[in-house]
Parts: sequence; structure tokens; C-alpha cells
Amino acid sequence: MRLITAIIKPFKLDDVKEALRGLGVQGMTVSEVQGFGRQRGHTEVYRGAEYTVDFVPKVRVEVVTDDADAGGVVDALVTAARTDKIGDGKVWVLPVEEVVRIRTGERGHDAL
Amino acid sequence: MEIDAGNTAWVLTSAALVLFMTPGLAFFYGGMVRSKNVLGMLMQNFFSMGLVSVLWALFVFSLAFGDDIGGGLLGGFDFAGLKDLATAGVQLPGYVDDFALTIPPLVFVAFQLMFAIITPALITGAIADRMKFAAYVPFLGLWLVLVYAPVAHWVFSPTGWLFKKGALDFAGGTVVHINAGIAALALILVLGKRRGWPRDAMPPHSLPLTLLGTGILWFGWFGFNAGSALAANGLAGQALINTHMAAAAAMLAWLLVERVKGGHATTLGAASGAVAGLVAITPCAGFVSSFSSLIIGLTAGVFCFLAIQAKSKFGYDDALDVVGVHLVGGMVGSLMVGLFADTSINSLGGDGLFAGGGASLLGKQFIAVGATIAWSFIVTFILAKVLDATIGLRVPPDDEDQGLDLTQHAETGYAYGELGMGRVGA
Repeated sequence: MRLITAIIKPFKLDDVKEALRGLGVQGMTVSEVQGFGRQRGHTEVYRGAEYTVDFVPKVRVEVVTDDADAGGVVDALVTAARTDKIGDGKVWVLPVEEVVRIRTGERGHDAL
Repeated sequence: MEIDAGNTAWVLTSAALVLFMTPGLAFFYGGMVRSKNVLGMLMQNFFSMGLVSVLWALFVFSLAFGDDIGGGLLGGFDFAGLKDLATAGVQLPGYVDDFALTIPPLVFVAFQLMFAIITPALITGAIADRMKFAAYVPFLGLWLVLVYAPVAHWVFSPTGWLFKKGALDFAGGTVVHINAGIAALALILVLGKRRGWPRDAMPPHSLPLTLLGTGILWFGWFGFNAGSALAANGLAGQALINTHMAAAAAMLAWLLVERVKGGHATTLGAASGAVAGLVAITPCAGFVSSFSSLIIGLTAGVFCFLAIQAKSKFGYDDALDVVGVHLVGGMVGSLMVGLFADTSINSLGGDGLFAGGGASLLGKQFIAVGATIAWSFIVTFILAKVLDATIGLRVPPDDEDQGLDLTQHAETGYAYGELGMGRVGA
């Protein structure tokens, strides 16, 4: 199994969600995060005092899939999240040793 | 003079309007501090409505407006406990002839109380995020007695020395704004800077609260200034129009300067500009023409903006710019009385330089400004030193990092759920 983690632009979340659903992905975890890559932050000014804000708000999407499905999910995710502008984010994939569905105790593929 | 029902109704209403300014001020300031200090700020303001009211009834009204004990410096204790003030026919010292009140003395007591509540509350903006509540309480009470009461007597009471000298202050440019502004400076010189200032970012946590507070202040200011006519008449209408126009003009001026200096027109700038205009028009409201109020507002917007930019050069940490807005705005207004006051607007006022009255009124205004600054700065500085040496003004560094809400009041302003929270003793 694979854990796919994607950092995307917040307004792209709906597109990504629909794309993954279309592939039969059963669930995902989403969190609001902040960070920076090549896209710089912004400045704010309060009564003439200037502040720089380095971190940009992003959404982190986490999905666990079977090994065989991971490639397709990544492709769909990248297509759905892309705007061709700086700050579109990143996707990375990690191997997952075990998954357990807490309610039933099912393990591995059955727990997905 | 007979009690007038219309006048009484308007001053009663104005008292309520002015009271509402203090929670307005609390939100104006509260939005500008970091979220861990929002309750600390609200509490310092709100608490003034409690302590100042009780002290006012006990003896502070009497110190400000009681029988002069000599030289126009202070009132006596004759109205302590608000004694005799409900009796029919009782007269407040000095309020005779041209200045005779047409409202019951207790209505005047209530109206003036609301000024006494908000004046020390104005100081809290400068000391934000670092003053111990246990030190704020005695500071508030002692400052009211030692600084507010005498200055209110000098300027507002017809038996006060500045009033008798002919210095004009319609609603508190000296008594309220210069007084609080310079006291804020004296107090922060003793208190010191916030930890991490100016290196760390300390952005406002909720400008919507600040804008809401500004709206409440603007609304309440109609009572502050138009109520100071102590009558429901044309002069009250003039003061109301002047108040509104100065706020509007100052907001535009502030935003224009911001924009021209290469920035954006900011919401905090709009709020700050409006308040700067309201401050500056306060001493002028019932003495100047409608057109003059526009000029006064524009001037205040520009001067207060520049004063705030100069703050970093001086290196003192006036957290929310009480000096830049209230001291500078108060001085702009109090001195501009000497330029724009016009007896065709108010026959009990005077003629300023531009109304053909020469420089005499301007000179008196300088004396009133100077006397207020000197007394308030010196006494506040000594009071701060004494409190610092005895109870200590500042919270410990760890408490400052944690925030005033939790360390001073055992509460948090914003609860994001009860995760990990349990009930003790149940």
C-alpha cells in the first residue's frame, strides 16, 4: 500500500476530491496547512509598519491506496490540481506497512 | 435658571452615548492586540466603568466640580457621596449667569462621569500586552484622583483657573485627549517595551473588531461633543455636524497620505483617521464653523499619521499609538481653537486668529495645553515610578509570552473547542 500526500492550492480541493472519487477512492484526509516553496509569501502593512508573511496557506490531502492504484491516483491528482502557475504544490508517495479499520479490525487491502 | 425638559432629555441621552464609547474603545483597541491579550485589553477598559463610577460617586465628582478650594486648582469635598445633589434648587459652583445649567445637577454628574470613565481607558492602548492587572487597578484609581480630577476642575469647571483665564475646551481636548495621551507616554517610559518589540511581528488579531469599535466610538462621540452643549439647541447641532465632518475629513486625509506614500488604503488607516479627526474636533466642536471643522479634520488626519510614523525614531513602545492619535490629535484641536474659534458660532466662546480675534486666544490655548501636559506627565511619571517600586507594573516575562488573558484573568478570548479540557471538582 502507498500513502499519497499532496500539498495543493486550497481552491483546487474540490477538483481534486472529484477526480479521486471518479477513480473510486473511498476516503481521504484533508488539513489546512501553511508552508512555502518557490512561491513567496506576502506583505501586510498596519499603520505603516510592514510585516512579511513567509508562509502561504495550502491544503494537504492524504490518501492511502493499493500499490497498483497509486500511479493513477497521483496522475489524476496532478491533473486536477494544476493551474500552471507557481505555487501549485507537490505530491509525494510513501510505502505503508499496515492499515487497520478500527471498527471491524480488518487489515491491509480490506481496510482501505 | 429653570430646568428644561428638552435639554435634560438630550444630556441624559448623551450620557448613555458617551458610556457606550468605552466598550467601543475596548473593541477598537482589542482588535489591534494579539489574540492572547484580547481579554486583558477589554478588561482594562471595561473595569474603568466599575472603579471610576464608584470613586466618582464617593468623592471624585466633588474634587472636579465642588466648591473651589483656592486658586481654581481643585474642588472640595462638599459633594462627596453625591450629597445634596438631588435637592431641588441646588447649584453647582460657577454655573451661574451665562453658564447656568438648565439640567438637574445629577444629570450633569452622570454626563461628566462618562468622560472620567473613558479618559484613563484611553491610556490602555499604549500599555497593551504587558501591564499587571494588579498594578492597573491602583493606577486607574490614583490617576483619576491625582490627574483627571484636577485637570477637569481647571478646564471644565467655571471656577477652574484655565476656564477663568479664557482657555476654551468644548468637550475635552485637554482634559481628555492631551491628558490621556501624555499620561500614556509617561507610563510607558516607566513600563518599558513589549518583549520582542520592535523585532517580532505583533499584527492586529481582528481588524473587524477594531472597525466595529470605531463605529461605536464615532456614534458615541455625538453625545460626547454635541452633549457638551448641555442643551438641545442649535449649538448642539453645530457640534454634531462639526464632529461628523472632522471625522470624515480626517479619514480621507489619512487614507490619502497612506496611498500617496506608496501603500494601500487600509481599513486600520480608515479607523485611525476617523478617530484622529474625532479627537481633534473635540475641543473645537462648539466654537468653530462647519467649514473649519473640515480643515481641522484634514489637518488631524495628516499630523496623526506622520506622528505615528515618527514613533519608531523615538524608540518608545506606544503599542496602539495613543500618543500619536490622542496627544497629537488633542494638541492639533486645542491649538486650532485659537485659530478658528468664532463668536458668531458661540457667543460664550472667543474669536481666534482667523476670526479677527488676534493671537490672544491662541496664547491661552498654548497655556492650557502646556499646563495639562506638564501636570499629567509629571504626576503620572511619579505615580508609575511609585507603583513600579512597590507592586511592580509589569507581568513576569513568562506571563507576557503566555498572554494577559490566561495569566491575568484565567480565561481565553477565543475557545476553539473543549479538546483536553476537563472539569475540576465535579
